[in-house]
Amino acid sequence: MEDLTSLKQEDNQEPEEAEQPWEEITAASSQDPVPGLPEPLESEQGPETGLQPGSSPPQSSQSRTSTPLNDLTGLGASSPPSFPQEPTSTPSTLALARQDLWSPWKSDKTTSVIPEARTAHSNHLEQSSDKGESAPHQKCQSEGNTFQQSQQTKHHLHEPKDASHNNSKLKELRLDIFQEEDSNSNYDLDHPEPGTSEVTPNMLEIAIQNAKAYLLKTSSKSGLNLYDHLSNMLTKILDERPENAVDIIENISQDVKMAHFSKKLDTLQNEYEMLPIYETAEKQKALFLQGNLEGADQELEDEIAENSLPNVMESAFYFEQAGVGLGTDETYRIFLALKQLTDAHPIQRCRFWGKILGLEMNYIVAEVEFREGEDEEEMEEEDVTEERDNGDSEADEDDEDELPKSLYKAPQAIPKEESRTGANKYVYFVCNEPGGPWVKLPSVTPAQIVIARKIKKFFTGRLDTPIISYPPFPGNESNYLRAQIARISAGTHVSPLGFYQFGEEEGEEEEEVEGGRESFEENPDFEGIQVTDLVESLSNWVHHVQHILPQGRCNWFNPVQKNEEEEEEEDEEKEEEEKGEEPDYIGQEVGPPLLTPISEDLEIQNIPPWTTRLSSNLIPQYAIAVLRSNLWPGAYAFSNGKKFENFYIGWGHKYSPDSYTPPVPPPVYQEYPSGPEITEMDDPSVEEEQAFRAAQAAAELAAEENEETEEDEDEEDEYD
Amino acid sequence: MDAESLLLSLELASGSGQGLSPDRRASLLTSLMLVKRDYRYDRVLFWGRILGLVADYYIAQGLSEDQLAPRKTLYSLNCMEWSLLPPATDEMMVQTSVVKGRFTGDPSHEYEHTELQKVNDGEKVFEEEVVVQIKEETRLVSIIDQIDKAVSVIPRGALFKTPFGPVHVNRTFEGLSLSQAKKLSSYFHFREPVELKNKTLLEKADLDPSLDFLDSLEHDIPKGSWSIQMERGNALVVLRSLLWPGLTFFHAPRTKNCGYIYVGTVNLVCFLLLLPLI
Repeated sequence: MEDLTSLKQEDNQEPEEAEQPWEEITAASSQDPVPGLPEPLESEQGPETGLQPGSSPPQSSQSRTSTPLNDLTGLGASSPPSFPQEPTSTPSTLALARQDLWSPWKSDKTTSVIPEARTAHSNHLEQSSDKGESAPHQKCQSEGNTFQQSQQTKHHLHEPKDASHNNSKLKELRLDIFQEEDSNSNYDLDHPEPGTSEVTPNMLEIAIQNAKAYLLKTSSKSGLNLYDHLSNMLTKILDERPENAVDIIENISQDVKMAHFSKKLDTLQNEYEMLPIYETAEKQKALFLQGNLEGADQELEDEIAENSLPNVMESAFYFEQAGVGLGTDETYRIFLALKQLTDAHPIQRCRFWGKILGLEMNYIVAEVEFREGEDEEEMEEEDVTEERDNGDSEADEDDEDELPKSLYKAPQAIPKEESRTGANKYVYFVCNEPGGPWVKLPSVTPAQIVIARKIKKFFTGRLDTPIISYPPFPGNESNYLRAQIARISAGTHVSPLGFYQFGEEEGEEEEEVEGGRESFEENPDFEGIQVTDLVESLSNWVHHVQHILPQGRCNWFNPVQKNEEEEEEEDEEKEEEEKGEEPDYIGQEVGPPLLTPISEDLEIQNIPPWTTRLSSNLIPQYAIAVLRSNLWPGAYAFSNGKKFENFYIGWGHKYSPDSYTPPVPPPVYQEYPSGPEITEMDDPSVEEEQAFRAAQAAAELAAEENEETEEDEDEEDEYD
Repeated sequence: MDAESLLLSLELASGSGQGLSPDRRASLLTSLMLVKRDYRYDRVLFWGRILGLVADYYIAQGLSEDQLAPRKTLYSLNCMEWSLLPPATDEMMVQTSVVKGRFTGDPSHEYEHTELQKVNDGEKVFEEEVVVQIKEETRLVSIIDQIDKAVSVIPRGALFKTPFGPVHVNRTFEGLSLSQAKKLSSYFHFREPVELKNKTLLEKADLDPSLDFLDSLEHDIPKGSWSIQMERGNALVVLRSLLWPGLTFFHAPRTKNCGYIYVGTVNLVCFLLLLPLI
């Protein structure tokens, strides 16, 4: 049977399309297998294998290769109009096939059950659909349209067989899986379910696939997809099994991502970032390397002998006990920076003055004293500025003579103190951060100090910032900084009583001249003061920096005297006037002399100017005395009885209980008082002129009577 | 600054010269732990130090699980024995606003303030001087509250708002990036938002509701009331308040380390006149 039918088909295939009579014959011959479905199923098992050309070409013999072609052509020609159910059935099988192909891939051991259950459903459906298909064919046959029927049935017979064959194959596959996984029970459970939902599983499939496709979508930024990420995360969690994984799922997610990026995939984007931190490190590297640059041992010994570097770390240690100071590492960097400074300049004595905070950058301030005669640069600078001043004044004098000149003269410019004296006793260097370049601040002028007392400004951190203030400040931020440093030093630099004493020779000389001693030296016999005494009594602390007078100088400068010297050309009257106007200058300004105890400092509205304290109440025997200025918040001093140090850190502002108030505007100059030299007479009237002429005529007559010369008369005529 | 990471925080904040002596540090580390245990706080912050004439007040704050809930403030004079301060009220603020000058360091000290009060005696109106006594403790409460409301800082992202309302510490906060750290807009006021409600919809459009639920510093009035500096190369960003000089906020970018500390004499600066004209 099998062979016969197949042979018939093969024989008839080519003519079938061309000539219909042939087809009738074949139809007649093929009618036999139609009524009984089981028979053709069985009988065509053989050809079926041949009908899978894609899957198994080697199995099919040469002669049978033509049959699939025939089938296809036949399908294309006639089946679509007459066979409405075929399209529905084939997609399902296709979907089924696809899904079955998916399932073994997708399914891990845990998830494999579900897809298989689905395949079971569709199988079931498939079978039912086969039955459904077969029923209408039989009806058609009964109607007797044999010609078409034959073809249709033939195709029909082929088609279901394809499906069933596929199914059977897949079933085998699935069964294999089942047997491997021993999950037949599920299959049985699902099987009894009726084929209620023929469409929904497919929708689910699509939805799931859509979702998965979405999850697999690669991010354009990172090139990752969420599907892999989630599976990586789950792998990590299952591998590591952390406690309460749900709480730290964000971290795990981040870790997984970080792990992914740990290896750079794209070498093209491997750019080297130049962060400022590297530049700073490079700068500071020089600080740490400078020690190696020094040469032989002898030089080292010499340097140690004439060491000008302060022991910053030691005082930092004490200040730390007091609860002030910078961090340890920053202090050490400053220490190294100071070493750099002392190496670069001929410095006799150096001290870490403190730190002034700024808006953009801060200032680290070092107080130094040059060796004798080695600070000439500064002198040259001064000369230059003086020359400039002279030039300006000359230009002013070139005005015209006729009109009255302005009598107003700027208040007497008080000259600044010489370097090494008064407020300019020390030279200050600043830098923004350790490792940065040290900048020498200019010396301070009295005018700057006077104005600085009236204004209150935040420092920006850039020395060339202009200071814009109401009493115009003569200079930029470097001058303001210098003025504040001078004020703070004068107010807050203190030492234990007895540590310094007046120099014997110099002191006396200057006493005669200036009326106050201005130099001191260390007392070699200083034996130290009990820390408790230092804490209990403020009179054990003394100022060792000169007080700055209201004039802006430490030493009195008499401006009146100078007037006489410089301006001899001026009228004496004017000088007298000035003296009369400014009686303040008569008295000399006097402040507290050097080494005055701080107990005599002025109070600020019932607030004591200093607070003393023991650094530790727990271990008082090793505690140190800490002094805090209430006038200049941020100024501290410590003493352990023998040693002491001063330190300032802050904004550089003086404390005042009330908010800062700007100074009052200067008085308005009064206008010239209205007097005889301002007011004028009325114009002469006619009567007055006539009277005047009459008087003149009378005078002429009198003159004639006096027989004056003709010449005189002529002159008089001319006048008329 | 967090009591638990006190040592590191102190080291980071040391650029302003505001440190603690070793014995204070050690005692704080000990006593704040006990405070946390006894008062059952979720988190204890070391708030800072108010410098008095005789003694200093050390201030700590206890936070509950909701970080924005009203905080409990404690003070101590010796860093070991802590006393709880009452919550600040508006009445206190009005009352203490007349007191100026420095703290004494004695909590029971009473400031005397004379007020002129009008007294109706029959038809005549007298002006009578009434002496009002204000306890320093009250002033302390009020000042701390003012400073907290004005200048306490938290970086953006360090806290997050849960869907149920409470604000929690963000465990996944990894610090600001360098570019963010230089902007004032990356820092928030660590208090209940005030300005946020007044923002327009357009301004709110870009805000992330779980992160941007606080007021940003950048809209502080007046402008320029903060100094922002990068220190130690760029390894540390330091914010200093110019409104309340003494408050230092520090944050090491790309790390969780951040916090603020107040050390100073309580002195509100009328600083408008002080700022450089730019």
